[in-house]
Amino acid sequence: MVETMTTASDAAAATPSAQPAGDVVLSVQNLQAWYGESHILHGIDFEVRAGEVVTLLGRNGAGKTTTLKSIMGIIPKRSGSIRFEGKDISRASSDKIARQGVAICPEERGIFASLDVRENLMLPPQVRPGGLSLEQIFELFPNLKERLKSQGTKLSGGEQQMLAIARILRTGARFLMLDEPTEGLAPVIIQQIGHTIQRLKNEGFTILLVEQNFRFAATMADRYYIVEHGKIIDGFANSELSANMDKLHSYLGV
Amino acid sequence: MSINLQALFAQLLVGLINGSFYALLSLGLAVIFGMLNIINFAHGALYMMGAFAAYFLLNVLGIGYWWALIIAPLAVGLFGIILERTMLQWIAQLDHLYGLLLTFGLGLIIQGVFQNYFGSSGLPYAIPDELKGGVNLGFMFLPIYRGWVVVFSLVVCLATWYLIERTRLGANLRAATENPTLVRAFGINVPRMITLTYGLGVGLAALAGVLSAPINQVRPLMGADLIIVVFAVVVIGGMGSIMGSIITGFALGIVEGLTKYFYPEASNTVVFVLMVLVLLIKPSGLTGRTA
Ligand SMILES: Nc1ncnc2c1ncn2[C@@H]1O[C@H](COP(=O)(O)OP(=O)(O)OP(=O)(O)O)[C@@H](O)[C@H]1O
Ligand SMILES: [Mg+2]
Repeated sequence: MVETMTTASDAAAATPSAQPAGDVVLSVQNLQAWYGESHILHGIDFEVRAGEVVTLLGRNGAGKTTTLKSIMGIIPKRSGSIRFEGKDISRASSDKIARQGVAICPEERGIFASLDVRENLMLPPQVRPGGLSLEQIFELFPNLKERLKSQGTKLSGGEQQMLAIARILRTGARFLMLDEPTEGLAPVIIQQIGHTIQRLKNEGFTILLVEQNFRFAATMADRYYIVEHGKIIDGFANSELSANMDKLHSYLGV
Repeated sequence: MSINLQALFAQLLVGLINGSFYALLSLGLAVIFGMLNIINFAHGALYMMGAFAAYFLLNVLGIGYWWALIIAPLAVGLFGIILERTMLQWIAQLDHLYGLLLTFGLGLIIQGVFQNYFGSSGLPYAIPDELKGGVNLGFMFLPIYRGWVVVFSLVVCLATWYLIERTRLGANLRAATENPTLVRAFGINVPRMITLTYGLGVGLAALAGVLSAPINQVRPLMGADLIIVVFAVVVIGGMGSIMGSIITGFALGIVEGLTKYFYPEASNTVVFVLMVLVLLIKPSGLTGRTA
């Protein structure tokens, strides 16, 4: 599988928007969510099509992470419609949702301290056939191979992020939710993660990405949605990015 | 003071036997605490149920010791699973105090029911023929059954340690102890794992009960007496590590045995004195992690 992939630099040179949009993989309508009494999401609407990289942008506290967690079934108090590959998953438990083929790489990375790197990598069970093999994963993330016996949390921040991505590639899930995979990492690591996401996209993975750093997102995203105060307030394609730059700056306050 | 080796070794053996029970019981408590966040105060009653299960198997069904070693932990473990499904799961999100009170109450009820039918005196349970008698080791006489209890407990403890620390299933368990939400979001049925973990901890207690039946007789309050010491062991060891609770269990049994030889007056209190010392110096116990 990996052998047939283009190299990372080739992939970066390809034009992502040239890909034809596939079937709707994820469709979210009027998603509302609460933490206890506080109402966080006030009606989120968007969709993701097969093979796309869709990026949620928005300021701190806008509700991006809550949106991913709601899709994953982690937020108990939620309402609205979430359809994945045509099936309603809005009321399913998170283990059932994962078994449908949805995988998450959480914002805090979620590397387990009581597990070594290999155990962390092997933790998520296979939910579908066709996940990456260990060799393919080590080809993507050579660092991990050297550190298999280390305690998970002894890895550097960048390695932990790679591990958090790598472990969901094994599962066979084709829909990945990545929550700020570049947060707090050095530029060279960000670049490596960027290339990885590119390759995954070329491999046909569908990716829902949360990013604060839209320059990073711009290298791979097909479309963007802007989240503000628990709502989607705008959305545009990557080709419209430069036309929307002023709006974007005001949305993100950068 | 001159040392009477015979008596010293005899007390060491008693210490090791007690240590075996401490280890099996505190191991179960640690496993349960890790996954359920509950300090299982019903543990002593479940240990007692293991001994009674062996007694019933023998006297009602004619099923002997060796099968009881397998059947009693499974049966009592199943009872634990029912407790978890019907009661404990509903308080999982609440403060520790609720789990403590609920399991304490359950333990009292179970003990009360057995006391109602069997009073407080002990029922005899014979040592199986294969393990009767003893061997003279030269420096001491070793009753075979006692040697068996120590070795078998050690093997069970180490097997449990291996299961949790070295296998794939154990990795799931450790991960779910750390972050159950994320483990579940990877597609693992964490609620079922929690139920089975409770069953495992309870099964270990019941197994200790079966092992204890030929030594201590079968009594409704056999667990109540023992469990107080086991909680002190748990406080000393901390609930943080599997190996920690095994080692602390055996070590404190030995310390008790040595105290019985050198300063018998303190043998019933030494564990509690150590507990107080540990609480003063390192409140989270020797192997860390607070309740
Ligand atoms: N566990 C929680 N309990 C209560 N409120 C929470 C919790 N987690 C998040 N919130 C609140 O929900 C709102 C949305 O948070 P969320 O984490 O979804 O934002 P975000 O867009 O991901 O922000 P960031 O870019 O900082 O990660 C915030 O106001 C936050 O304070
Ligand atoms: Mg976030």
